Amino acid sequence: MRIELEKRAKVSTLFSVLSPFIAFALTIVFGGIMFALLGKSPVTALYSFFVEPLIEVWSLHELAIKAAPLILIGVGLSVCFRSNNWNIGAEGQFIMGAIAGSILPVVFYDWQSPLVLPLMMLFGMIGGALFAAIPAFLKAHMNTNEILTSLMLVYVAQLFLDWLVRGPWRNPQGMNFPETRTFGPDAILPEMLASGRTHWGFAFAIIAAVLVWFMMRYTLRGFEITVLGQSERAGRFAGFSSRKMIWFSMLFSGALAGLAGIAEVSGAIQQLRPVISPGYGFTAIIVAFLGRLNPLGIVAAGLVLALTYLGGEAAQLSIGVSDKVTRVFQGLLLFFVLSCDTLIHYRIRLVWERFAVAKTDEAH
Amino acid sequence: MKKLLLALATTTAVLGFAAAASAQEKAKICFVYVGSKTDGGWTQAHDIGRQQLEKELGDKIETQFLENVPEGPDAERAIERMARSGCGLIFTTSFGFMDATIKIAQKFPDVKFEHATGYKTLPNVATYNSRFYEGRYIQGQIAAKMSEKGVAGYIASFPIPEVVMGINSFVIGARSVNPDFKIKVIWANTWFDPGKEADAAKALIDQGVDILTQHTDTTAPMQVAAERGIKAFGQASDMIAAGPNTQLTAIVDTWGAYYVKRTKAFLDGKWESTSSWDGLKDGILTMAPYTNMPDDVKAMAEATEAKIKSGELKPFTGPLNKQDGSPWLKEGETADDATLLGMNFYVEGVDDKLPQ
Repeated sequence: MRIELEKRAKVSTLFSVLSPFIAFALTIVFGGIMFALLGKSPVTALYSFFVEPLIEVWSLHELAIKAAPLILIGVGLSVCFRSNNWNIGAEGQFIMGAIAGSILPVVFYDWQSPLVLPLMMLFGMIGGALFAAIPAFLKAHMNTNEILTSLMLVYVAQLFLDWLVRGPWRNPQGMNFPETRTFGPDAILPEMLASGRTHWGFAFAIIAAVLVWFMMRYTLRGFEITVLGQSERAGRFAGFSSRKMIWFSMLFSGALAGLAGIAEVSGAIQQLRPVISPGYGFTAIIVAFLGRLNPLGIVAAGLVLALTYLGGEAAQLSIGVSDKVTRVFQGLLLFFVLSCDTLIHYRIRLVWERFAVAKTDEAH
Repeated sequence: MKKLLLALATTTAVLGFAAAASAQEKAKICFVYVGSKTDGGWTQAHDIGRQQLEKELGDKIETQFLENVPEGPDAERAIERMARSGCGLIFTTSFGFMDATIKIAQKFPDVKFEHATGYKTLPNVATYNSRFYEGRYIQGQIAAKMSEKGVAGYIASFPIPEVVMGINSFVIGARSVNPDFKIKVIWANTWFDPGKEADAAKALIDQGVDILTQHTDTTAPMQVAAERGIKAFGQASDMIAAGPNTQLTAIVDTWGAYYVKRTKAFLDGKWESTSSWDGLKDGILTMAPYTNMPDDVKAMAEATEAKIKSGELKPFTGPLNKQDGSPWLKEGETADDATLLGMNFYVEGVDDKLPQ
C-alpha cells in the first residue's frame, strides 16, 4: 500500500475558514487524552492552558509582550516567504538590530534627549537590515542558497553579542558580569497602558501587520511580491526584477526583525545580555506559516503561540506537569493546523496495488 | 476540601490537640529553575534541595517549581506568576534572574524572595551563595599529588568572578603542594553543552594534562577522562556513576540545608533579608567520597577539609602573587569577600589569558 497526496481541483472556501477551528478542536481532544494519561484532570489542564492566562489583566499584558516580537518578525518573514526568498536568519537580524539600537544607550549613555528613543528604533531597523543584506547580496549576485547563509549568520550574531557584552560593552559597574549598562530613562520604550507592562513594541507589531496587509493587498509592490513568488518567469515578463525582490524582501524582513530586537531590549530587558532571545526569530517562522503568511493571520497566530507559552507555565504551577508537556502540546497544535491546511489543498489517496499483488501471491 | 479540613479541625480540637497547623493552608514555597530539573548538575542539585525541604517540612509547606525558565522577560513573568499564585517564599536559582527578582519583589513587598549567586538585595530579597572555592582548593591539592606531569586542565564556563575565583583557588591549593604546578584553561562559554565540554576535555588532554576539572554542568568531561584513562573531578553533583574509576572527588552542592533553614525562619516569622555565603562548615557544600587515590592523599584531603571547616585554613591567604608575578596578598593576609566576589584576575600558575 502506498499513500499519495493528490492536489484537489477546487479548494473549499468553507473548510479554509473552518480549518483552524477544526485543528484547535483536535488539539484539545488529543491534548485532553494526553493529560488524562498523565493522570491529570483534562478539564483543569485545558483551563489553565487556555483560559487562566486570559482572565487576568496582568496576564493579558504578558501575552502582548510575548507575542509582540513573534508578530513583528513573522510579518516581515511573510513578505520574504511570499516572494520565495527563505530568510531563516531572523534570529540573527533580531540580535544585530538590538545591538545597533543599543549603541546610543550603551556607548553614548550621557546623552539624554527625547530623540534617543526614535533614533534607537531607527538604528535597530538599519542594523537588522544590514545584517540581512549579507545573505541578500550573496543570493542576488552569487546565487548562494540564502537558507544556509542566513542561518549560519545567526551564530555569528550570537557570538558577536556575546563578545560585546563580555568585552568592550561590559558594564563598568557590573561586578565583571557579562552585561551592559542598564539603559537610562530616555532609552526605555514606555509602557502603553497604566494597567501593566505592555510596551510600545506591541503597537509596532500591530501597525506593521496592518501596513503589510495593506501593501500586499492594494499596492503594485504587493502584487509584485506575489507574482515573483509564484512564478519568477511570469514576473520577468511583467517587468519585475527578481534580483531587486531579493534585496527588498530580505532588507524588509531584516529591518522588522531588527526593530523587534531593539524594541524587546529597550522595552522588556533594558540592557544587553549574552542571550536576549529565547529563539524568537525561529519561532516566528512557525508563526508566519501558522498565520498562512497573511499579516493579520500572523497577529492571531502570534497571540495563540504566546498563549501556549503562558498556558504552559500556568499548567506547570497549577497541575504540576513538566514543561516538556507544554512543548508536546505546542507540537500537537502545529501538527493539526498544518495537516488540516494540507488536507484542504490535497486529498489522501491510498494506492492498493502492491497489497493486491501480495494477496494474489498468498492465494497460490 | 473545606468540609474535610473543617471536620479535621473539629476532630483534632475535640481530641485536644493543637488544631491550628493542620487546619491552616500550607505555606507555598516556590522555585524557579533555569534548566531542567534532571540536568545532572546545577538545577538538579537545587531540585534535590527542594525535595529535601519537602521531606523535612512537608507537613507545614508545599513546594512548586517552574523549570527551563529563560533569563530575561520570561523570568519576570514566571516570578510574577508565582508571586500572584500565593507563593510566600520564592527561590530564584540562577544569576540571570537577579534583575527580574528585584523588579517583581518591588511589586510584591509581602512576598519573600531568595536569589542565588546575585548581589542585589531588598528588605524582601535575600541572596545566597556557596563557597564552592573551598572545595576547589582541596581538589587542587589532590591534583598536585596525583598528577605526574604537574599540569591540570580546567574546563571553565564564563569568565565571571565566581569562575575565576574557582580557578585561582584550585591553583593556590595545587601550588601549596607543588610550587611549580600549572593549569591550562579552556573557556567553553556554556554551562551546559555535552558536545562542547567533551571537545574541551579532549583538547586539554591532547595538550598534555593528566588531571581534569570542570566548572560546567555535564558529565561529558568525566566520560572523556575515563576513556583516556586520566583522573578527574566532578562538579555540582556527585558524578561517580560517569567515572567509577576516574572521579577523585566532586564538589556537591547541597542546597537543602539552606532551604530548610530559611523556610523554617519564614514559617516562624523570623525571615530577614540577608546575604548568605556559606561553605563546607555549613553543609551547603560537601565533598563526594575521596576515591581512586592512595591513602596518604586521601588523608591529606580530609585534613584540609577539616581545617577549612574549622576556619583554620582560608584558601585565599598570602603570600600570593598575581599571574604576572606582582604581589597581591602579603604573608598571612586574607582576601576579603568583596575582593573575591569581584575577582577578575588570575593568580600565579595559570597558563591562560583571562578573557576581558
